[in-house]
Amino acid sequence: MSSPKYPRLDTLAVHAGQSPDPTTGARAVPIYQTASFVFPDTETAASLFNLERTGHVYSRISNPTLSVFEERMSALEGAPAAIATASGQAALHLAIATLMGAGSHIVASNALYGGSHNLLSYTLPRFGIETTFVNGRDLDAWKKAIRPNTRLVFGETVGNPGLDVLNVPAVADLAHNAGLPLMVDATLTTPFLSRPITQGADIVMHSATKFLSGHGVVIGGVLIDGGTFDWERSGKFPTLTEPYDGFHGMVMSEESSVAAFALRARREGLRDFGAAMAPMTAFQILQGLETLHVRMPRHVENTRKIAQFLSLNKAVAHVTYPELASHPDHELTKQLLPDGAGAVISFDLKGGSGNAKDAGRIFIEKLSLFSHLANIGDAKSLVIHPASTTHFRMDADALKAAGISEGTIRLSIGIEHADDLMEDLSKALYAAGKAAGA
Amino acid sequence: MRFLVQQQPAYVYTGGKKFDASKPSVLFIHGTANDHSVWTLQARYFAHHGWNALAPDLPGHGKSFGDAKVSIAANTDWLMNLLDNGNIASAALVGHSMGSLVALDATARYRSRVSQIALIGASVPMPVSDTLMDAALNRPNDAMDMLNIWGHAPQLKWGRNATPGTSTMMAGARSLAQSRPGVMAKDLTACRAFEMDDATLAAIAIPILIVAGSNDLLTPAKAAKALAARLANVTMITLPEAGHSMMQEAPGKVLDALKGFLLP
Repeated sequence: MSSPKYPRLDTLAVHAGQSPDPTTGARAVPIYQTASFVFPDTETAASLFNLERTGHVYSRISNPTLSVFEERMSALEGAPAAIATASGQAALHLAIATLMGAGSHIVASNALYGGSHNLLSYTLPRFGIETTFVNGRDLDAWKKAIRPNTRLVFGETVGNPGLDVLNVPAVADLAHNAGLPLMVDATLTTPFLSRPITQGADIVMHSATKFLSGHGVVIGGVLIDGGTFDWERSGKFPTLTEPYDGFHGMVMSEESSVAAFALRARREGLRDFGAAMAPMTAFQILQGLETLHVRMPRHVENTRKIAQFLSLNKAVAHVTYPELASHPDHELTKQLLPDGAGAVISFDLKGGSGNAKDAGRIFIEKLSLFSHLANIGDAKSLVIHPASTTHFRMDADALKAAGISEGTIRLSIGIEHADDLMEDLSKALYAAGKAAGA
Repeated sequence: MRFLVQQQPAYVYTGGKKFDASKPSVLFIHGTANDHSVWTLQARYFAHHGWNALAPDLPGHGKSFGDAKVSIAANTDWLMNLLDNGNIASAALVGHSMGSLVALDATARYRSRVSQIALIGASVPMPVSDTLMDAALNRPNDAMDMLNIWGHAPQLKWGRNATPGTSTMMAGARSLAQSRPGVMAKDLTACRAFEMDDATLAAIAIPILIVAGSNDLLTPAKAAKALAARLANVTMITLPEAGHSMMQEAPGKVLDALKGFLLP
């Protein structure tokens, strides 16, 4: 008898979590647009509330359309459980609120999405949770930043927009040695370029708004429990290992050997904070997921061509893309991201006799195919000037630490024909170079 | 909660209720390289409906100390010591897969301690293929894949899980990966070696429930039916579409079967 095999990722992206609707035979995932679900009898109702039976009660806690998305993401990441959230930011908040409270501390890479930086740097301290930001490439800095009250180590597979590549196995090791879980935001890579749980991460989050949905039509997020972290052995996580008065003394790590974190996050976090995803959103993300394995190689192929194109353009001072030999994480990228480093690329315009900020403005205004907006991961190619938009709250030092200058332009490369994209870039670069006197 | 069993600390899940020896007791016995968590839904129900529900991690499994036993009889003796130390005169036993063999063995050798038994995913004998046994001994990662994939109904690899937000297949894989080195091989060895003759089976007088999954690849429904034919006081229920991991694949139907059997 030959050894059985798990389905491949391409097939899971199309099928995982769903089979034809048993009631109607519908092949597509039905949108269960309902707030609540009827109980067949009073005893079943009580059993559902007390977790003696599985099923849906109220769509803030769970919904059949969301369940398909959650199960599909679990399968793609190789994880026991996932929770759909209202946004990527909601996923990050849900993870933090599940693991810790006032007086706790996080160690995070300084190369984070601006929204995540805002939450950690400005908002959470008001609730008694502080964060130390470290240079993600400096493993010693991660280790030194860990304190007795640290409860989470956090980074992005590929930082946005500095494009630092996180050394997931090494950072996971140092986190585990300190009795801490590593959470990784894998938004820029998706399971088709990186599966952080297989590299040592314990929790993964995505902004599903980006490549997972892939068409720029929804806001959504997902939080994934790898089931790999031993909460009891760590002894630092009473929310998961001690009786929870909010659920009749339930001890999450006793109820679930493999998904205690997700259990608490759903039963407390979705219940009390309520940042749930809408069923229609889940449906739309699922439509995107079904072509993720087809889209990502095209995104990467186009990005590689444009990285080379920009590197050779005389109006460009510097191109940042982890696959380029000039990138400090070039070797690590080959090791951890062999199928591609994603479709986000940044570059600096030459200032020349003018200033870089003006050159950036002219460049963006001269583009006709690229859309100027605050998003990434669309089928359409996108452009933004981070210093004046997504990262405008960061001071000069924080910008520098995140690898952003006043002239940095971030591109999210879509799945159009690469030649059309390069023609559009070429015209705008010419205008920017002319304005800058470069 | 923790019990001391054979001088070693043992973890026993009690369904969210404190242990109370004055209540009727039901003991849930997990299968190969699993732990108590395969029973949490069903155990919670009985714990909240007047029963003393006990789902131990067998020695060497989950949170329990000690080495995994290499025979069904040794596991049975361990469980009987758990009953002794809990001052439980007799209990209903619910066993899954390897646990079903422990329940049968307890019924034959400790007749006064067992009030009734429910066998879920059961067969006697419980053959383990040479391929799986060899992998368990020499290529444990391959063995985990075999046990997990064959342990679920074929359609489950695509999902539609009963528990919102979880992947039964991935949860099974993670659970097996958590088992300590060598435990799977010891459990499979114990299953493979277990025998019970027709006379012993036929002599079991207490009520017996057999729950089979129509898509069970490890202990097929026809093997469960053959076992039922050798028993005297037996009821058999076959769950449509369920595989071997039916407490996760069809948790409500398993609970309904147990309620129909155990509740007055």
